[in-house]
Amino acid sequence: MTGPADRPPAVDTAPDAVPDPGGDAADDADFWHLRLYVAGQSPRSLSAYSNLSALCEQHLAGRYAIEVIDLEQQPSLARTDDILAVPTLVRRLPAPLRRIIGDLSDADRVRIGLRLQPPASG
Amino acid sequence: MDVPGSADQLQRLPKSPTGISGFDELTGGGLPQGRPTLVCGPAGCGKTLFAMEFLVRGITEFDEPGVFIAFEESEGDLVVNVASLGFDLPRLQEEGVLVLDHITVAPAETEETGDWGLDGLLLRLGAAIDEVGARRIVIDTLETLFSGFADSARLRVELRRLFAWLKDRGVTAVITAERGDGTLTRHGIEEYVSDCVVVLDHRVTDQNSIRRLRVLKYRGSLHGTNEYPFLISESGLSVMPITSLGLQHTVSDERMSTGVPRLDLMLGDGGFYRGSTVLISGTAGTGKSTLAAQFCDATCSRGERAVYFAFEESAAEILRNMATVGIDLHRWVDAGLLEFRCFRPSLLGLEAHLFAMQRAVTEFDPAVVVMDPVSDFLRVGTGADVAAMLTRQVDFLKSRGVTALFTRLSSDTDPANAEQQLTSLVDTWLLVKHQEGNGEHNRLLYVRKSRGMAHSNQIREFLLTAQGIELADVYVGPQGVLTGSARQAQEAAERADGTARLEDLAQRAVELERHREAVQQQTARLWRDFDDEAAIVARLRSEGDTGDEDRADQRAAQGLLRGAATPVSDAPATAPAPASPAPDPGPAAPVTP
Repeated sequence: MTGPADRPPAVDTAPDAVPDPGGDAADDADFWHLRLYVAGQSPRSLSAYSNLSALCEQHLAGRYAIEVIDLEQQPSLARTDDILAVPTLVRRLPAPLRRIIGDLSDADRVRIGLRLQPPASG
Repeated sequence: MDVPGSADQLQRLPKSPTGISGFDELTGGGLPQGRPTLVCGPAGCGKTLFAMEFLVRGITEFDEPGVFIAFEESEGDLVVNVASLGFDLPRLQEEGVLVLDHITVAPAETEETGDWGLDGLLLRLGAAIDEVGARRIVIDTLETLFSGFADSARLRVELRRLFAWLKDRGVTAVITAERGDGTLTRHGIEEYVSDCVVVLDHRVTDQNSIRRLRVLKYRGSLHGTNEYPFLISESGLSVMPITSLGLQHTVSDERMSTGVPRLDLMLGDGGFYRGSTVLISGTAGTGKSTLAAQFCDATCSRGERAVYFAFEESAAEILRNMATVGIDLHRWVDAGLLEFRCFRPSLLGLEAHLFAMQRAVTEFDPAVVVMDPVSDFLRVGTGADVAAMLTRQVDFLKSRGVTALFTRLSSDTDPANAEQQLTSLVDTWLLVKHQEGNGEHNRLLYVRKSRGMAHSNQIREFLLTAQGIELADVYVGPQGVLTGSARQAQEAAERADGTARLEDLAQRAVELERHREAVQQQTARLWRDFDDEAAIVARLRSEGDTGDEDRADQRAAQGLLRGAATPVSDAPATAPAPASPAPDPGPAAPVTP
């Protein structure tokens, strides 16, 4: 779990590094806007990000955006967005809003939580 | 009592005063500063209010900004709920000394996958604390978190971290938790809070609910360990341990008339001390209320105020009943000097009664308070509860210098024993008893106890007349204590008997005087006879004698006998006449056996 060897420092540059929400192919209902709340550069944060990215690449390549919010930088967002546990993944689009907490190490549960279709489609 | 009165000198643990009335006395200063305290109890026991008062008083009285984290109630609900206690949360928020944060824990939309931490919560608390520079924080029902997270083992680890973090931040924290089944808290979070645990309770006994508070644990500090009743009132929580008011009342030497002149005399001339506590106990119908009313009447006629708390009769009934014995209380009610507060004790719990009465006293500011009868409170609480409540009432009244008069209905059997709890509290105890006999029952009154007064030990008969109360001497004689008509009969008999004896005496004196005269006359006659006889003997002796000397002697003797003033020239009398024996009945003629 503590070995995010695949994509080490990707998180630093995270906020909005990935395609714009509402960008090119954004407006259709199939676009996924995900927000990941973390607290600092903890191993937990890093593994959550890498797990999420891997999953998205696998299922939603080209039609997703991950916004990473570091609560240590913006603690007031913990209150406004009602975040207690970190990491918390929030699926903002498509509606309805869904939340998943944890480092997302259990891919099956993340799929269930996000209501992702099984990868068979591709 | 195990409430540490002088714990301040002993304890070194810094404490944060809560400002909750009575609680700081109980704990010797408040909650442990910079540490978490657990406040637990069942639903509706007042946990949230306790926590909120701790926070708001901290802000308003001790200048310590605070943060309230609410897991259960929304901000709006909280504001409304505590507004009834006079806490203006929006104003405190505007002033930047209070943060209210409602945290929703929504399990339905949350999935858990793998490792997580409560950093979000900690950052959130940290942000709130930093926002106002908080010194105090309340987390209201932290255990709500258990409903939001499936992995409770992980949650426990995180809670432990939370408590460590709170200590690191050095804020004085109050964590509330709901009582579990047989455990202090539903999820056992007391294991994380090792410094101070306060247990609140809300029990219904005999259909009356009483809130109680207990300091279960207070590491590093002395604290009262009993359960103390507490009250939620318009001015917040009020825990009043018996000793919290202390015994530092100023005392008065001033006496207040009881309204019954002879009773004033029995109390060492003057009546009750101002600010003292008086108990009148007796069986039903002995005139306790009448004594109380008479005292009120006397008080009001001096222009002072009195409050009469009646638990059995309505004001109208009391006014009517007292009018029949010549006590007109109506005029004092009209004049605004006398106020009746009549209610059934079962209406409220003891604490609420206490509070209501104290508020009435504060508002009306009377010189005299009557509670008639206090024994009715036994329907609401146990003897010990009632005694504790009355102790507080007494302390409260004494601290205000109010004279209190309690009546108490006692049973016929051994009234002295049953009332010990109460009688040790009061300064003056009047006992009214029934005496039956001769087809009537009569009332007896005596002063059973009166501190600081040379009071009478006499039993008086207590009469309810059309002009109020009168006290009469009872007759104590060979036939026992007589009261009522037996006393009157005895008094009449004594009067008659006395007259007869006086007449007899006068008669005897006359007779004695007569006797004395007779004796004197008789004595005088006897002396006369004796003198005659002596004269005869002397004459015979002189005729029988020869010689001038003898004759001269005889003449002299005769002269003496006759009381002749002329001295006899011949010679001094050598033979004193045996006449006029010295009237000296003393130790004459010692008899030799």
